[in-house]
Amino acid sequence: MDFTLDSEQKALRDAVRSLFSSFDNEQRRAVVAEDPGFSEEQWGRMAEMGLLGLPYAEADGGMGAGPVELSLVAEELGRVVAPEPYVETVVLAGGLVAALGTAEQKQDVLGAISAGERVVAAALLEPATRWDLAADGVVEKDGTLTGTKEPVLVGGRADQLVVSARVDDGLGFFLVSPGEGVTVTSYATFDGGRAARVVLDGAPAQRLGDGSVDPHAALARVVAAAKIAYCHEALGLMESALRRTTEYLTQRKQFGVTLNRFQALTFRAADMYTSVELTRSIVEWASMVLADAGSTPEQVTEAARRAKLQVSKAGRHVGQEAIQLHGGIAMTDEYAVGHMTARLTAIDHLLGDGREQSRHLVASLGDHEVLDPLR
Amino acid sequence: MQLALSKDDTDFREEMRAFFTEKVASEIRDAVRAGHHLTKAQIVEAQQTLNAAGLAVPSWPAAWGGRDWTPLQRHIWQQEMELACVPPPLAFNTGMIGPVIAHFGSEEMKQRFLPPTANLDIWWAQGFSEPDAGSDLASLKTRAVRDGDDWVIDGQKTWTTLGQHADWIFVLCRTDPDAPKKQQGISMILVPIETEGVTVRPIKLIDGGKEVNEVWFESVRVPGDLLVGEENQGWTMAKFLLGNERVGVAPVGQTKRRLATLKEHAREVGLLDDAVLASRIAELENDLLALELTALRVVASSSEGKPHPASSVLKLQGTVLQQAVTELLVDVAGPLALASGAGEDSEVPDWARVSAPLYLNYRKASIYGGSNEIQRQIIAGSILGL
Repeated sequence: MDFTLDSEQKALRDAVRSLFSSFDNEQRRAVVAEDPGFSEEQWGRMAEMGLLGLPYAEADGGMGAGPVELSLVAEELGRVVAPEPYVETVVLAGGLVAALGTAEQKQDVLGAISAGERVVAAALLEPATRWDLAADGVVEKDGTLTGTKEPVLVGGRADQLVVSARVDDGLGFFLVSPGEGVTVTSYATFDGGRAARVVLDGAPAQRLGDGSVDPHAALARVVAAAKIAYCHEALGLMESALRRTTEYLTQRKQFGVTLNRFQALTFRAADMYTSVELTRSIVEWASMVLADAGSTPEQVTEAARRAKLQVSKAGRHVGQEAIQLHGGIAMTDEYAVGHMTARLTAIDHLLGDGREQSRHLVASLGDHEVLDPLR
Repeated sequence: MQLALSKDDTDFREEMRAFFTEKVASEIRDAVRAGHHLTKAQIVEAQQTLNAAGLAVPSWPAAWGGRDWTPLQRHIWQQEMELACVPPPLAFNTGMIGPVIAHFGSEEMKQRFLPPTANLDIWWAQGFSEPDAGSDLASLKTRAVRDGDDWVIDGQKTWTTLGQHADWIFVLCRTDPDAPKKQQGISMILVPIETEGVTVRPIKLIDGGKEVNEVWFESVRVPGDLLVGEENQGWTMAKFLLGNERVGVAPVGQTKRRLATLKEHAREVGLLDDAVLASRIAELENDLLALELTALRVVASSSEGKPHPASSVLKLQGTVLQQAVTELLVDVAGPLALASGAGEDSEVPDWARVSAPLYLNYRKASIYGGSNEIQRQIIAGSILGL
């Protein structure tokens, strides 16, 4: 058991950090004010650095890196509240292609994602469902899809969609390009991002894969990986929110003294720190479970749930306290902390909130005497 | 980043598990599992079993019975011990005065005290807190005055855990009342509990037990060679003693064991199907996992000498979860918990009868060893710079 990063991983982390070193809230406000809600230039630089192809096989145009490397990128993006749709495109949409696609589809789609040539969105959610990704609202017939997906993150900007749909034999995933039979209506989300309503009406669709991979198993694995990546993004957000809060407490004066003279405030900051450290432990562990070749699919799913449950609790705690300890300034659009809380809230509700994770964990409560993270 | 234990650590873990579950008397482990107070004889027997196998004082210097284990191995040792319901070696001996004597004591003092301390032939009590010196320990008033070669001690200590069993007590005394800072005038003196002028009086606690004591010192005369280290070095020792053990601050194994037992009882009474209770258990399990992984993170990276900053959350969150589990057990027992005074012939199960006293007893955990408010103060000050 080892929680330390090797020198290449540290170098990757530092490179990503440096890519975003000058990105501040003022820039962020300008970027998210205009469509597509993120910086195309920065997206291009991320492609040049190999970040967009990080988890894909080299044969598909990727870097062949693992979940730990990916987690470092997500964490750095969280740290600066970067609006680039990294987890959405690289982990979720690209992840489905990597898991299910034919060799040809993988080379095409993953190569385009890696090169920054194509933004791909995963269209999984439907207005009538919450956590169930089983896709009942979109139906495949004769190579076309009909039905509505919403909200589809980065759907408005996407060059290509990975759409889940009901097929004769259950669940299928399809590649769909905007155009004939596809109506995309984009709007802003509360965390500064973009989502869309995607109405499919006999839209031409290319089935992902050749049917040799169990789509439910693939979806479970990709969702687990995306959850864990989101957890790392949340960790970066929480660490930043805490750092901003402690800085503020030592600078802001009221009643003639800096706020850190008030124990009622410093104790609450200490509790935020405790939340963040506990979160880091379980989230890093989840990445290790995902990365370990010996992990079963059930272990990966469970680890992702456990990390997400902790992130849900800690994200709310840290996000809410960061605002409260700042006071009114953190309520404003021009201050970064409120945006961190907004993004934490979005992550909380993507791919299942804490309650939803807990519901699943309850079901397996009787299967073990004690939890044992050591192997 | 690496999930799996090394082959060596896996073997080590198996070795520990086998020893704790096979070599320590099962009556003792059953008593721990049931949440009963152990007798002095049971605690001594358990520690002597460990000591005979070289497992009582692994973190001491090797010359005095310590083992050259990695922090991760010490963590595994403790976890396996707790999971097997083996009572840990007496903290006052192995975690407190033993390491202090080994670090600060004279060669003569080490030879005299360390072997019997490791083997629990001497039972030590801790003479730190006073009625007016709790969290603010450095304001202690118990005086020790030189008289020829001897020390003469006057004052009062309190919260002396298991002092009723003690043979000796290590006492923080004020030896220089004129020192510029109150921390500077304190010394550590060893006192045989049978010395004339020492009075031990048990304090009955809210759980009905008498786990702690008041100890009075009235003109207690001890030989000068019972001063540990140098005069007025006591505060350094107190800090060393309270801070030297980064591993094992949070009793994760014990709390896991208790939560596992709680699940069994919840199943017995049909409450594991209660959605609200079950989700509470599931969340506690997750909180405990996060704590255990934090402990592992700390031990797996504390090799460079400086304590890992995250170690400061271990005591705080460790006690929060210890208390949460004991609290939840009373919820599982419900009104059956009121049968706390019923005897062995009661139809109410034993676990339900001990649940409320156990819960009340564990309110202590967030008070002793640096209260959780002190822990927050440390985090805010030393880590967050507030």
